[in-house]
Amino acid sequence: MNGWMGKLRTALLLGSVMFILSACGRDNLTALVPKGYGADISMDLIILTTVVMTGVLIVVMILFTIVLIRFRKKKGDPVINPEQVEGHKTLEAVWTIIPIILVVIMAVPTVLATFHLADDTDAADHINIDVTGNQYWWHYDYQNEEIATSQDMYIPVGTKVYVNLITSDVLHSFWVPSLSGKLDVNPENVNTMYIEAYEEGVYFGKCAELCGPSHSLMDFKVVVVSEEEYEQWVTDMQDFDSEELELDAVAQEGKELFDEKSCIGCHATDNQNYSAGSVPVGPDLTSFGDRSRFAGYLEPTKEELVHWIQDPETLKPGNLMTGSYPELNDDEADKIAEYLMQLKPSEVTAESKED
Amino acid sequence: MSSITATNKRGFGAFLWDYLTTVDHKKIAHLYLAGGGFFFILGGLEALVIRIQLIKPQNDFVSAGFFNEMITMHGTTMIFLAGMPILIGLMNAAMPLQIGARDVAFPFLNSLSFWLFFFGGVLLNVSFLLGGAPDAGWTSYASLAMQSPGRGVDFYIAGLQIAGAGTLMGGINFLATIITMRAPGMTYMRMPLFTWATFITSVLILFAFPPLTINLFLLMFDRMFDTAFFDVALGGNTIIYQHLFWIFGHPEVYILILPLFGLFSEVFSTFSRKRLFGYTAMVFATMLIAFLGFMVWAHHMFTVGLGPVANSIFAVGTMAIAVPTGIKIFNWILTMWGGQVTVNSAMLWALGFIPSFTIGGMTGVMLGSAVADYQYHDTYFVVAHFHYVIVGGTIFGIFSGLHYWWPKMFGRVLNETLGKVGFWFFFIGFHLTFFIQHFLGLMGMPRRYWVFLHDQGLELGNLISTIGAFAMAVGSTIFIINIVVTAVKGEKAVADPWDGRTLEWSVSSPPPYYNFEQVPLVRGLDPLWIEKMEGDGTMPPGEPLDDVHMPNGSFLPFLMGLGFFVAGFGFIYQTDYTMAYLALYGGMAFAIGCMAVRSVKDDYGYYIPKEELQKALEGEAK
Repeated sequence: MNGWMGKLRTALLLGSVMFILSACGRDNLTALVPKGYGADISMDLIILTTVVMTGVLIVVMILFTIVLIRFRKKKGDPVINPEQVEGHKTLEAVWTIIPIILVVIMAVPTVLATFHLADDTDAADHINIDVTGNQYWWHYDYQNEEIATSQDMYIPVGTKVYVNLITSDVLHSFWVPSLSGKLDVNPENVNTMYIEAYEEGVYFGKCAELCGPSHSLMDFKVVVVSEEEYEQWVTDMQDFDSEELELDAVAQEGKELFDEKSCIGCHATDNQNYSAGSVPVGPDLTSFGDRSRFAGYLEPTKEELVHWIQDPETLKPGNLMTGSYPELNDDEADKIAEYLMQLKPSEVTAESKED
Repeated sequence: MSSITATNKRGFGAFLWDYLTTVDHKKIAHLYLAGGGFFFILGGLEALVIRIQLIKPQNDFVSAGFFNEMITMHGTTMIFLAGMPILIGLMNAAMPLQIGARDVAFPFLNSLSFWLFFFGGVLLNVSFLLGGAPDAGWTSYASLAMQSPGRGVDFYIAGLQIAGAGTLMGGINFLATIITMRAPGMTYMRMPLFTWATFITSVLILFAFPPLTINLFLLMFDRMFDTAFFDVALGGNTIIYQHLFWIFGHPEVYILILPLFGLFSEVFSTFSRKRLFGYTAMVFATMLIAFLGFMVWAHHMFTVGLGPVANSIFAVGTMAIAVPTGIKIFNWILTMWGGQVTVNSAMLWALGFIPSFTIGGMTGVMLGSAVADYQYHDTYFVVAHFHYVIVGGTIFGIFSGLHYWWPKMFGRVLNETLGKVGFWFFFIGFHLTFFIQHFLGLMGMPRRYWVFLHDQGLELGNLISTIGAFAMAVGSTIFIINIVVTAVKGEKAVADPWDGRTLEWSVSSPPPYYNFEQVPLVRGLDPLWIEKMEGDGTMPPGEPLDDVHMPNGSFLPFLMGLGFFVAGFGFIYQTDYTMAYLALYGGMAFAIGCMAVRSVKDDYGYYIPKEELQKALEGEAK
């Protein structure tokens, strides 16, 4: 049996190593391939603690295996009464003191990193985005830029971007695994952290605090672009006016339906009426045509959008849009979808950054 | 023919009535094991639903709302209605025997504890039939729990409040028992480790459950009576809920594991035929773990934004717990070192515990590193971690304890072959299910996710995990089959089937209802072993043979539980229906009436005449 156990352990360890080598998960989602400063710091500590604790595990397993091989009663062995050892002061001291040393080895870098990451004294010198969590979408208000958008958060590469988190309803947690660890989104206070991405790209964001039925569908994206592209995007967003869009007939009808069916009551379509700090009832649709996903997780196709407009409840159970607008027939939904997909304020898009 | 049926019927009626009114700790243990076992199966089925839903990306096996009910009820059931009751059952079965007592200090209260747990558990679960179970997670964090529509969360509040009151009483009862009812010579530092663990766990219950009670009351007032403790718009604060919850919740983790630390100490020692290595260190390590357990609750809240000072303090505190835990692991291994290690089912579960729990402890320390936890927190890494400690520790321990004490509790030895086969299914299934989840978490899968999306690299891990869950289900089923097989044709147990060391093995299997004709005289640690080595193998009496006082059975505990159960419905539905006040006041009046009856009516119990005990002693001598 001990052979069995040994083999099983080896298989498990080997398996895990192979697993790490072959697949660390999806790029730009996994925390195992950090691409931002916070994620990097976390990864250092993950590696440090894993190495130290694996050492302990190996020692335990070696002793455990030796015990099973040497002291196991085999079939036919006569029953013996072993010496009744009470203990061993030196040994016990050893396995008290060594763990204490190991704890210190892990605790010191942990404390240093905790204080280091919590230092937000330079927040005023960097981009600040006020993030609001909502069931089940994210809203971003860019301080001092007079722009706001939802779901896809655009940030420049290689610089600290501060996010100031608060929720409009229940607890959420803001997590972009490849860029940084998570921070809870509380109703009573603003939590602040920064993200700093090393590379351009589109990063997966997740809600990490149970927030209702569609908790698992509250995905978002962080679109990391170059400094110039970011400037460009901000200007485009500021300038974009959905009233001045050149629309074809179908989209034009969609736009009228958008007003008529009271979509406009909850959704902004540009930043012309931007007011700092206000969070719309529904997601801001200014850059909707550029979204990397619809409703956080649907492929950005017209079919999906029509489906969503007609039946959001099936696609995102418990969402707050369901039932808040009159029913739409296929034709109406199609026209609204046509219109929304033309809300493309900028050349700088998530699509251009997808690999 | 008809007369036989009638006898059987009367037999069953009498059997049922016996259990409904019993105040005997051994029968209450049976009740706890049956109740806890039932909820364990229920919680296991809920786990299977979760794993089937997550077998492939964007699965639609269950709806999002139902999935949240499943995760909430799986956690709540396994912790409050399966884990703790089964542990309290084992404590009831073994602890009084281990200290040479005839029962617990308050047998009536013991019965009341059980019935409160039972009715609380039933109340929690009838929510499934009455419009939906609780769905805000087993933690039921205030903001979502306040918003949760329907009555589910109200059932959570009422059910846990009733079951929790029972647990609190149980803890107080065990403390009083261990402090006052030890046999002559059974000093504190001669107590078996399981008794020590029961004692320390009871202290934890005593201090940890009041914060839970308070928290549930606050949530109840907010939901049912329009207060605003957690309503931010009205000046409330949801973080307070999290603090109160984890001030209870972290010690709760130790409530679930410390009894098994005690049990494993007994199992390793018995089946190595060796005294526990470093007994004193083991006792103090247990105390230290319990003490530190109250100092680390905020490590569940590293991402709440408490600031670097709080996070650092709680990080260091959390890592410090590794030290006493490490002492225990090494002492267990050294207990086996130089011994003669018999590997049977009970021991197999204990041996399986060492690598599993060490991995759980290892990830525990990793989670303690606050900045690393920013990545782990609320992901499948955490799910993997706490299943490694709760399944790898608590559940493995429960199975080990059941194999170990089954002969003592039920008079039959569980089947060894089935025991071993069941173990291997469960053990391999367990590692298949949860090992991969460490990686799933870091690969970006948060916990409590109804679906994971296509093309995010999470497919394989989740599939493996689901396969493992089914292997665990097979293992559990084999154990149930084992119980049936053993009950039908199991080998009758002798008093001391394992060549044991502690007092419970000095009485017959199962023990007589009064446990000991004469309370034994204890001459040292492992008293029975000492008598085997230095005496005649039987315990010397610690008192002259005399009449033994016994408590009468009572139906009142059941009725009190029923009263609170009905009142629970009243509380839940009074917001909707005025008629519900009838149930609220009626149930409370009935329960309090039962208490009044209990207080006013004198019950002196009865005496077993010494002649009867003399006869029993002579019977044993033959």
